[in-house]
Amino acid sequence: MQHPPEHPEPQRRGLTAIDGALAMIAILLIVQMWLLTATLEGFLAGHREGVLPAAIVSGVLLLACFGLYRFVRGVDRETRGRR
Amino acid sequence: MNPLRDTGRNTERNTEQEPLWREEVSIFAADERYVNRRQFAKFLVLTSAGMFVGNLWILIRSWLTGKTAYPARPVALVSEIPVGGSRLFNYPGPNDPCILIRPAENEFAAYSQKCTHLSCAVTYAPQRARFECPCHQGYFSARDGRVLAGPPQRPLPRILLQRQGDRLIAVGVDLQTERS
Ligand code: FES
Repeated sequence: MQHPPEHPEPQRRGLTAIDGALAMIAILLIVQMWLLTATLEGFLAGHREGVLPAAIVSGVLLLACFGLYRFVRGVDRETRGRR
Repeated sequence: MNPLRDTGRNTERNTEQEPLWREEVSIFAADERYVNRRQFAKFLVLTSAGMFVGNLWILIRSWLTGKTAYPARPVALVSEIPVGGSRLFNYPGPNDPCILIRPAENEFAAYSQKCTHLSCAVTYAPQRARFECPCHQGYFSARDGRVLAGPPQRPLPRILLQRQGDRLIAVGVDLQTERS
């Protein structure tokens, strides 16, 4: 049975790309967490004017995270599919 | 047929027709890093979806509660409140606790009892002329509701009062947002 080499060049590059995307997802997630706590705090204090923009921004961040996830999945399939 | 044995012989992959289990299970040791990272990315995206749902929930709550109307409503009798004393009431809705104080013989003031930090109930401390929040030591002035200390960023909303003989009537709410 043949085993592929541990880390051929395209594999390593694929891993680096995935790591970068993961880091970006993590950053977006932290921003989203901050947004949720800030909105909740404002809402509990009776300030409703920021609630709609916050929900829209949170949705955009979710879409960005999902886009990055699709990128991760694409790189994963492409790199592993090469073997 | 054992799919694993089959996979061992055939290392060519057709990613479009791969069954789900082959996506999620690493056959080669080198694949494990990919599978782990992809699954971690999926977990992060699901967490992000949870955050979005949270924001959506706040939005729906804020739409459902809508704009508040402020009806004129008697909230207390002057004779019921001693000088330096306080009395609780709800205004404008039954779930909006407020506190009415009488700092001097002819002085009355009322504020929302919900701390502007995280909505704990504030209590009146007449000796220090302030409202105190027990949750995170937030203090508000009893004179005008402004923040004296602690994490709150905004003053307590003030309930507008009118006196008619012995009756005190709530007629509106001043959110005091221009003070923040
Ligand atoms: S809830 Fe009042 S200080 Fe935090």
